[in-house]
Amino acid sequence: MKLARDTWLIFQRQTQLLLRNPVWIFVGVFQPVMYLLLFAPLLKPALNAPTQAAAYKIFVPGLLVLLAIFGGLFQGFGLIAELRAGVIERSRVTPVSRLALLLGRSLRDVVSLIAQAVIITLLALAFDLRVFIGNLLLAYLMLALIALMTSAVSYGIALKVKSEDALAPLMNTVAQPVLLLSGILLPLTFAPGWLQGVAKWNPFSWAVEGTRALFNGDLGNDRVWQGLGIIAVLAAAGVFWAARQFARSVR
Amino acid sequence: MIETRGLRKSYRSREGRETKTVDAVRGVNLDVAEGEIFGFLGPNGAGKTTTLRMLATLIEPDGGEATVAGADLRKDPAEVRRRIGYVAQGGSTWDESSAREELVLQARLYGISKAEAHRRAERALEAFQLTEYADRKCKTYSGGQRRRVEIALGIIHEPKIVFLDEPTTGLDPQSRAHMWDEIRRLRTEGMTVFITTHYLDEADALCDRIAIMDHGEIVAEGTPAELKREISGEVVIVGLDAPSTPRAAELLDTEAYVSKLETVDEGGLRLYVDEGATAIPQVLRRLDHAGLDLRSIELHRPSLDDVFLTKTGRSLRES
Ligand SMILES: Nc1ncnc2c1ncn2[C@@H]1O[C@H](COP(=O)(O)OP(=O)(O)OP(=O)(O)O)[C@@H](O)[C@H]1O
Ligand SMILES: [Mg+2]
Repeated sequence: MKLARDTWLIFQRQTQLLLRNPVWIFVGVFQPVMYLLLFAPLLKPALNAPTQAAAYKIFVPGLLVLLAIFGGLFQGFGLIAELRAGVIERSRVTPVSRLALLLGRSLRDVVSLIAQAVIITLLALAFDLRVFIGNLLLAYLMLALIALMTSAVSYGIALKVKSEDALAPLMNTVAQPVLLLSGILLPLTFAPGWLQGVAKWNPFSWAVEGTRALFNGDLGNDRVWQGLGIIAVLAAAGVFWAARQFARSVR
Repeated sequence: MIETRGLRKSYRSREGRETKTVDAVRGVNLDVAEGEIFGFLGPNGAGKTTTLRMLATLIEPDGGEATVAGADLRKDPAEVRRRIGYVAQGGSTWDESSAREELVLQARLYGISKAEAHRRAERALEAFQLTEYADRKCKTYSGGQRRRVEIALGIIHEPKIVFLDEPTTGLDPQSRAHMWDEIRRLRTEGMTVFITTHYLDEADALCDRIAIMDHGEIVAEGTPAELKREISGEVVIVGLDAPSTPRAAELLDTEAYVSKLETVDEGGLRLYVDEGATAIPQVLRRLDHAGLDLRSIELHRPSLDDVFLTKTGRSLRES
């Protein structure tokens, strides 16, 4: 009960501050829309897709997973600013739940990601993408879990390294192989065997395949529950670890 | 209210390849009574902040025991947190929030209901004369206004004890005096106030009791008056012309209240006495009886800096 209340308090504050800064909202929507309008048209010929809608079915889920990963991974920067301002220390001397300090923030990241995802999905509908609503909601669940995990991990690392200078290269180094090995931009079906073998070890490649299956109306595909399962376990582990960082001494 | 025994903390920091250990706090014993303003006086790096952060549950002590507001620091830090307020040395407000938002959130983090949180924020804003700027973003505040917001945040939940780490550093003399009044008001409301400072006058004027800290250890503790008395007593400086000085020295040397007497080269005496206030009239009477003219008489009371000097061999003003 206390956890829920505290989480809500932190979430409310973080969301309020986010909404106060319209630049973020603009950037958050503008970038994916550019991908959708400027990059996706290349895909129909590149993927040999029969129609534009078929190309979107492959590309849009990848784009959404990409946003979930990156949106989450870079949240740590905001936390470092809060750390520097003394806001985190101020929270830590109150009896507020340490898990709530994390969950409130991660929840804001999840909600803003889902808002982004809805905008992109609506736009893609205009380009003849068709998805069954139940499948779409499951896909959103996958995205929410991914964002929860990556933002929690990013917060945890931010609390450990405590400086932007260390966080930026670290996150880029993590993000790059994750991105390349997940078949986000192009499906890994085009990849040589060894690359597919390596990608099997990347949890996000399972998530991407699962999300694509959902967009394809293929609910029975094993990748759906496998992807959801893997990501759910990782998200729980990430949250557990990051909450411990909040509980431990800061600075 | 606060009782610590042998509180210790060392930091390990890396310098190039070597790891160095800094013993920031080495065995601090403190007893702070309810309802007093307790001051922690010491130069930069003495370990004041480290001690405060331990007592506020922000860092775990390497050794020692402490009871804060009746709760055991090691066994029940959560209970300690409920009973204390803490205002950090380096600030704690967010640029993009307003004072009112910060106050309401802070109160709610302590489990206070929304309506009550708004009432308390309103009261705190008034008490700290912030009403005028209450709804402006914190980044538009002056240093002094911002410091007042931070202190208001530290006491919004009406804790039993509030720790204020250098509450007046960076304030102009007027704001400082004002802050002292605020802190005294907290005491009249029954709060125990624990402040750190490296201002001698602040420790002297504001604090009921002080502990002087240096290199992680407490070198002296007591009321400012006690500490000063303990040091050297007081000095009465008698101004005389050179010819009458030897005669006066002869007369006064035998007086019981003079513990030590020094002759000043160009004429005059320094008398070390227990209490100047009672010594001066007697000196005057004695010299008057002997028909000696005195040019001036001065009383020099030892300052806290003298205390610091005797205890550490250094002056706080210089360090
Ligand atoms: N995180 C840390 N890592 C390594 N050393 C530290 C750390 N924090 C403090 N120290 C060292 O511990 C000692 C005590 O520091 P502390 O901040 O408690 O001093 P202080 O009395 O508050 O000084 P000031 O008046 O400057 O605020 C200093 O020598 C400082 O360099
Ligand atoms: Mg300090």
